[in-house]
Amino acid sequence: MNDMIKMVVVLTVLSSVAGGVLAAVNKGTASQIEAQQLTFVKGPAIMSILEGSTNNPIEDRFKIVEGDAETSFFVGEIGGKTNTIAFEGFGKGFGGDIGVMVGINMDEDKLVGAAVTVHSETPGLGANAKDKPDLAAQFKGLSITDPVIVTKDGGKINAISGATITSRAVCDAVGKAMAAYQKMKPQLQQEIQKFGK
Amino acid sequence: MPKTIVQEFTKGLWQELPPFRLVLGLCPVLGVTTTMENGLGMGIATTFVLFGSNFLVSMLRSIIPQKVRIACFIIIIASFVTIVELLMQAYAYPLYLKLGVFIPLIVVNCIVLGRAEAFAYKNKVFYSIADGLGIGIGFTLSLGALGAVRESLGNGSVTVWGDLSYNLLSAFPSFQPFSFMVQAPGAFICLGLMLCFINAIGD
Repeated sequence: MNDMIKMVVVLTVLSSVAGGVLAAVNKGTASQIEAQQLTFVKGPAIMSILEGSTNNPIEDRFKIVEGDAETSFFVGEIGGKTNTIAFEGFGKGFGGDIGVMVGINMDEDKLVGAAVTVHSETPGLGANAKDKPDLAAQFKGLSITDPVIVTKDGGKINAISGATITSRAVCDAVGKAMAAYQKMKPQLQQEIQKFGK
Repeated sequence: MPKTIVQEFTKGLWQELPPFRLVLGLCPVLGVTTTMENGLGMGIATTFVLFGSNFLVSMLRSIIPQKVRIACFIIIIASFVTIVELLMQAYAYPLYLKLGVFIPLIVVNCIVLGRAEAFAYKNKVFYSIADGLGIGIGFTLSLGALGAVRESLGNGSVTVWGDLSYNLLSAFPSFQPFSFMVQAPGAFICLGLMLCFINAIGD
């Protein structure tokens, strides 16, 4: 009996202390982690998509919570007009989720660019989706109602050779982002006005 | 004959060098050693976890009841792994991106649990710390070496943290890098050859 109580007490105390410590570490690093994500992952992608923006898209951002997913939207002011937003879509790649930052011109409903943010694809093959511009460049100028499908599946996007699964995942991520945009457009237009001059 | 603290430390560097002598924890060994930098990063993360878990397990060894010891070890190890994961995200984000899911998987790395069970639970605190650090550093060096071999054969060059780099192609212009080495089957073959090499040297 004594043994039993000791086991319960030790496990409870240990778990509580561990929980407390982790909560503290999590809280202490949260803002630093967000800053790191913006600099290393989203920042370069956003800047390449919203090229020529006169504001700082990384600071001009807002969040929309839908279901249990939270998406950050980055606002770009290009040519004096605050009408471009960039946000991330995800697709299932060869080695895990692939994140693709997609920029959309809200006046024309056209893609201004796409760039891979996070991936765990094979170096030299799937990783070229991020390292080389060939795939991402094909999305530029597409209308948001255009289908994004690789040629192998009957679409118009040329896949990276040797990385069909990755290319499909990137297309999937862009497609999902486009669908999300169409669904949320009224809400986005409301939000974006807060940043306009 | 009881070993000294120094001996406990140095045994991890050769006599019980993981993963070559202790053939444990092969999942990260095969998974992350595509480049030398990833291998070293993974090794350092594991070293921190080993150090922390050996230290705490040894400190608490008289309090932890025999019957639930594995559960206690896992709580301690998992806490340290989560701390490493958060710290890495906060201060070494590019490395975190490359190692990805292998960081949380340190929790189930046999080396860490094995050292807690086989060593720290039975030995004094300082011996346990020496053991954890020795095994951890040995693991880091092994992963670094394996990563260096794979990266140089697969990419033709080795780069660590952007500064230190070595280009195999400039020394041997006729060398053709084969990406096979940075893929999973290459990991098995390379690990096997290195195991063979280390066994050939012997003690």
